[in-house]
Amino acid sequence: MAVNIISRLAWRNVWRHPRRTWLTIGAMVFSNALLVFMISIQFGMYGLMIDNTLKAFTGHMQVQAPGYKDDLKMRQVVPDAATLAEKLRSELKLDRISARSSAFALLSSEDRSYGVQVFGVDPQYEPGVSTIPGLVREGRFPTDNNAQEIVIGKTLARNLRVETGDELTLLGSGRDGSFAAAVAEIVGIFDSGVPDFDRSIAEIPLGFFGDVFFMDHAAHSIVIVAPALSAVEEYRPRVEELLSPADGLVVHDWNALQPGLKQAIQADISSAFFMYGILVILVAFSVMNTQLMSVLERTHEFGIVMSLGVTPGRLGRLVLLETGMIALAGLVLGALVGGLITLWFGYKGFSYPGMDQLAANFNLPSRFYPQVTVLTLFLGPVFVFAGSILSALYPALRLQWVHPVEAMRSLQ
Amino acid sequence: MSAVRCVDLCKTYRQGDQDIKALDHVDLEISDGGFVCLSAPSGGGKTTLLNAIGGLDKPDTGEVWIAEQRIDQMSKGELAALRLSQIGFVFQAYNLIPVLSARENIEFVMQVQGQPTALRRDKAMAILREVGLAGLEDRRPAEMSGGQQQRVAVARAIVSRPALVLADEPTANLDSTTSDGLMALFVDLNQNHNTTFVIATHDQRVMGYAKRLIRMLDGKIVDDIDQQAA
Ligand SMILES: Nc1ncnc2c1ncn2[C@@H]1O[C@H](COP(=O)(O)OP(=O)(O)O)[C@@H](O)[C@H]1O
Ligand SMILES: [Mg+2]
Repeated sequence: MAVNIISRLAWRNVWRHPRRTWLTIGAMVFSNALLVFMISIQFGMYGLMIDNTLKAFTGHMQVQAPGYKDDLKMRQVVPDAATLAEKLRSELKLDRISARSSAFALLSSEDRSYGVQVFGVDPQYEPGVSTIPGLVREGRFPTDNNAQEIVIGKTLARNLRVETGDELTLLGSGRDGSFAAAVAEIVGIFDSGVPDFDRSIAEIPLGFFGDVFFMDHAAHSIVIVAPALSAVEEYRPRVEELLSPADGLVVHDWNALQPGLKQAIQADISSAFFMYGILVILVAFSVMNTQLMSVLERTHEFGIVMSLGVTPGRLGRLVLLETGMIALAGLVLGALVGGLITLWFGYKGFSYPGMDQLAANFNLPSRFYPQVTVLTLFLGPVFVFAGSILSALYPALRLQWVHPVEAMRSLQ
Repeated sequence: MSAVRCVDLCKTYRQGDQDIKALDHVDLEISDGGFVCLSAPSGGGKTTLLNAIGGLDKPDTGEVWIAEQRIDQMSKGELAALRLSQIGFVFQAYNLIPVLSARENIEFVMQVQGQPTALRRDKAMAILREVGLAGLEDRRPAEMSGGQQQRVAVARAIVSRPALVLADEPTANLDSTTSDGLMALFVDLNQNHNTTFVIATHDQRVMGYAKRLIRMLDGKIVDDIDQQAA
């Protein structure tokens, strides 16, 4: 074998105490497998959280007038929205694109009035970009783009003391600032499970919205759902290319539209990684302990080779190489075991007591299918590996202060 | 040219509240190709002197010169490089790396010396033959006798033909026949390669092989005998 002697020496040193080495590797495998599993679940959850949130209403991207996102002014519009939406659908070969408008309005029943956000939505395409049409539990979603119909959330219906078939009066101001008013029949009541939606949102057909709020074929945004969240980056420039420069429109991705989502995830990541960090540190200390022992018991031997002219630096590298070998075994085996466990649960589904509760709060399914990705497979193990190497730096550096004569005086 | 020159070496150790003069104004010059035995009772300062000559330990005062280079002021790194290239060490026992075979023990040092891979194996095999261990190259230290282990240690020390070999009681753990074999090897190397040997010992038999016998007592040189003349 042409493996150089130093690697061979390192390898054999690793197996001088097989049980000790296996214990160290075992600790690494355990924590690596745990990390792979936890991180896979966690990232899977985030994916679901993002998906579910965006699926509800926001979509992956929206075309808007610049500035509209932040102050929602009625006159910041996308002109000829239906035409543009049609163009995007055919050019991008995507179905799930729909124009939408919104206005603040006072909704009044016979008994009460509430201020809500009224959305004008395209009855044909809205179901492709939002789950709300599918969540109508009583009645139906409008089908006629010009019908004087309205759909409201179940909390709002309860507050207004209305049911399907009742009429609501809508008061607000139009695109030009003029007074806007209409009467609409409640044709459906939705139950999204999201308290904000159920309490303060109403949807009316886009054509009807245009008439009431004097939109003149304009809308406020065009909602786009890409084939996958990961395809957003690819589609975004294509969308931008299809916009006419004269309109000065912009494309916001989900991140810009829902800044809170990423922040919530980041906060969760930092708290989770604090825990993972502690795990990595525990492993690192056990590695440090093992390598210190292994260096100490070889003091005499190190003294001999140092007196032959082998520098402490080279012996330090030997110790690091040995640690690297142990840590690599831990990484490979840990990622393998963790990956297999995760794959198993990805197939069988995973849930733990109390998860149903949590899942319900976040509008997530109660049985969860974690997915292994390169990131979730190696993120944790790479940190454990790096932590192990770092922790071996101390025993390796200590050799710098070993005096060959003293070392040789120490017994084997 | 002198292989080793020590000028007025002193080294004092503190043991409890006692000062022990391990080296007490030692002056010594050994010429190239010398074959010197340092003899002293245990605690006489042999190891301390050898360590000073090999740059393993620094004297408190005085100078050490190896092949006309002053070494007592060298840095650790320079000393390591010097030992690697010019000095071979043999110690009393437990000289070898236990997880490496005889051949690998020798190759290890050659690799550290930066010798090319192809050459290493050939040289290691040749030197093992030279010290009479042909056929044992794949044995680990634990699978060899004390004498065989010492031969491997010697092979490792001389494989790169250092000018100077320092041996600290190399026969202390060997029976007399094995000791004689080892000394014959030293004598052979000294004659054929002009390698300078400095051997610390209190073994009467070993002293018999020396061209020059230096006796020490309490850190002082008390006698310096040219045995060739005799
Ligand atoms: N590191 C040390 N610390 C204290 N005393 C030492 C140390 N090394 C050697 N000595 C003392 O120095 C004297 C000479 O030791 P040494 O050179 O080892 O003698 P020898 O090799 O001839 O037996 C002895 O008295 C020994 O106890
Ligand atoms: Mg001694």
